[in-house]
Amino acid sequence: MSKRNFAAVIFFTIVAVFLFFTALMMHPFGIFDEDNQPEMDDHIIDNSQTETGANNAVTGVVFDYRGFDTLGEATVLFTAVAGVILVFRRLKK
Amino acid sequence: MSGMSKIVKTISSIAFPFVMIYGLYIIAHGHLTPGGGFQGGAIVASGAAMILVSYGSVWTMGKVKEKKLSILESTGAIVFIGTAILGLLFAGVFFNNFLFDSNLIFNIVPVKGSTVGILNSAGTLPIMNFAVGLKVVAGLFAIVLVMAYATTKMGGGKK
Repeated sequence: MSKRNFAAVIFFTIVAVFLFFTALMMHPFGIFDEDNQPEMDDHIIDNSQTETGANNAVTGVVFDYRGFDTLGEATVLFTAVAGVILVFRRLKK
Repeated sequence: MSGMSKIVKTISSIAFPFVMIYGLYIIAHGHLTPGGGFQGGAIVASGAAMILVSYGSVWTMGKVKEKKLSILESTGAIVFIGTAILGLLFAGVFFNNFLFDSNLIFNIVPVKGSTVGILNSAGTLPIMNFAVGLKVVAGLFAIVLVMAYATTKMGGGKK
């Protein structure tokens, strides 16, 4: 086994162990836990109309609370279009 | 791909304006009803792709150049980021909703609870919806158009 493969196996093992223990510590699915509830969704449902002015709370989240996420999505779309036009440029005659 | 039969062309020409109106409605009411820039843009791009399929890529490429579509897409991106930077200039935070509750356009604060909704509300969100919608329309249609045209030129479809 080469040195490079050995490093890859070590790295993979570390990531797998972390993923496994994170999965064990995850919030139980479908079980209501009174004192372990996230507060973000309640805040958005209660205040999105008065804080962003949008009746559609999803738009309020996408364009106001999580604007950087939408910026990333727009960048992904831009990169995709640029790549496709670049690849098919030589066939255009 | 020089287009399909006359029946398909006629029917898609009749259906095209309704698809456009529906997609533009989804974009324009993004801050009031379900949907938004991405979804409405996908609908409008689908209507344009229907015309592309029925009339053929060579005919469509003669009408719409993909360079103009890339200019439109870049315009959408610049408006989107420009609105965010205006929030940074006027309110100090990137992506700040600086038009909300101001004395400019889109400034009406809605009543809390389930209401009909006012189009002239929500601050910068309608502007960003339009920018993202323009971006998605131009981007998706440019991808489909360029791919279809390249397939025709490679001999994939009937000449």
